[in-house]
Amino acid sequence: MAAPNVVTADTATESSFARTPAIRWVRQNLFSNWFNTAVTLALAYMILKGLYSFASWAVFNAVWTVEGTDTRPCREMSGVGACWAVIGEKHRFILFGIYPFDEQWRPLLAIFLFLGLYVVSAMRAFWNRWLAVIWAVGLTLIGALMWGGVFGLTYIENERWGGLPLTLILATFGIALAFPLSIFLALGRRSNLPAIRALSIVYIELIRGVPLITLLIMASVMFPLFLPEGVSIDKLLRAQVAIILFSAAYLAEVVRGGLQAIPKGQFEAADSLGLSYWQKTAKIILPQALQLVIPPLVNTFIGLFKDTSLVLIIGLFDLLTSAKGALLEPAWLGFGVEVYFFVSVIYFAFCFAMSRYSQNLEVELATGHKH
Amino acid sequence: MPPAHSTAKAANRPMIEMRDLNKWYGDFHVLKDINFTVGSGQKVVICGPSGSGKSTLIRCVNRLEEHQQGQLIVDGIELTNDIKNIEAIRREVGMVFQQFNLFPHLTVLENLTLAPIWVRKVPKKEAEEAAMHFLNRVHIPEQALKFPGQLSGGQQQRVAIARSLCMKPNIMLFDEPTSALDPEMIKEVLDVMIELANEGMTMVCVTHEMGFARTVADSIVFMDKGEIVESAPPTEFFAKPKSERTRLFLSQILGH
Repeated sequence: MAAPNVVTADTATESSFARTPAIRWVRQNLFSNWFNTAVTLALAYMILKGLYSFASWAVFNAVWTVEGTDTRPCREMSGVGACWAVIGEKHRFILFGIYPFDEQWRPLLAIFLFLGLYVVSAMRAFWNRWLAVIWAVGLTLIGALMWGGVFGLTYIENERWGGLPLTLILATFGIALAFPLSIFLALGRRSNLPAIRALSIVYIELIRGVPLITLLIMASVMFPLFLPEGVSIDKLLRAQVAIILFSAAYLAEVVRGGLQAIPKGQFEAADSLGLSYWQKTAKIILPQALQLVIPPLVNTFIGLFKDTSLVLIIGLFDLLTSAKGALLEPAWLGFGVEVYFFVSVIYFAFCFAMSRYSQNLEVELATGHKH
Repeated sequence: MPPAHSTAKAANRPMIEMRDLNKWYGDFHVLKDINFTVGSGQKVVICGPSGSGKSTLIRCVNRLEEHQQGQLIVDGIELTNDIKNIEAIRREVGMVFQQFNLFPHLTVLENLTLAPIWVRKVPKKEAEEAAMHFLNRVHIPEQALKFPGQLSGGQQQRVAIARSLCMKPNIMLFDEPTSALDPEMIKEVLDVMIELANEGMTMVCVTHEMGFARTVADSIVFMDKGEIVESAPPTEFFAKPKSERTRLFLSQILGH
């Protein structure tokens, strides 16, 4: 709302600049009296000083390149300037792990395919049967690129996969499979059938009650002990399954929260129209329940994305593990801050994109029925 | 033009039959030995003080509430625990709720076509034509593409009536359809209900709108404490109620 006491004929002599809403806001909120003015100036000084210190470390005093592995220029600037040379030197190891150097265009392409799939999935115009086809094609291509063995690509066993593609694989399959599983668990926990309800409760409480690390270790160490001699299940697959099962238990409770928020009248209206249980659930209840829990759902998705880094415990080379690995070379020892900053930016980009997208989705899906 | 019902001829065929119906909520005996019959094309108004079991009674008809004793036959099908029977009855029985219970995430048109498409397997285009026909009948075709949250209470309730009609039910149940409405919107909903009654629909209506009961009802049922105290045609019911409890109730709701 305009503040009429500020913009009146009396102040019309002031420059139009001073009457813009931004200037008015600044005056009213930051410089309204001497105390506010003092606080504003003090905080502005601290913020600018902090920014300047960071900029001089990250930009002005930074070492961008070095000759080979001669890191002396970096070490001379230690604590004063960042050594971005380590990223220039090691970024391929960080991004792709121990995937064969000459073949690293393949995981790079896989990353772009994943990004393409995310973008397509985010567009509501594609929310139909075609999306399943697009994903099937996309994942097949990613599989072909990563493994090879077809189209003249050399075969790369998945023990050599690493870095960002591995993180994306774990997170994407984790979310894509844990989410539907969690919906069934949440519905099961509210089922009228005692056996299904009991199973769902036991599953959720049992899995949610242990740390992900224990599940990963059990999947990698204990599980093979129960398999017959000679049968082995891929380590990556076992970790993936552990992540899916773990996340599903968490997500199930989020979904159940949404189900409980749906008024009884919605169930009754659907029943009275003769809809079957699954029709009612799919058409009436879930669309509303899931929309309600978008914030905590995305919260859990973001948590899952970062929790994939726990696979380092069983020796898989995800993005964070590769980053640690890059620091093991003696020449580059001690440049952890730069490397961790680099991977943090990558993690942040994905998580922030999820967050922003979900906020847009909330607005788009709102149909003005908030009470 | 889709006829909403096709049974007006067999006027005396019972559409709803309750025989010695009993229901408890835990220890609370909410329906006591209910014997109640609604013939085809009949309009019955149920009234009574709150907590008398009148809503529970009509909610038993489409199994939103389960009865524990006695027999309940709807349109020739006995209600048992068999989900097939329950779903068959629900397809034939429309229900309008006090709180409208429209689906807020769907447009008005989608609210109307959802059940015909998924339950009756009507092709989408046909379902939409029927939906527009019924929206015309409740006088709000221009709201078809809006969401329920954008409509007034009276409009929402008329959409809810149209939604039920789209399933071409043989029986319509109304559970206090005007109780949640602002006074100025009650008439528009009652008008739609009167039109529906004049077309011969079998209707059971829980309401305190005694003016509506007087014009439309073939019989008025008065319930108190889980029992049917009295059942009579409107003229008789208002002029010379037999029981003291009915007289007291009428004096309370007609007194002001």
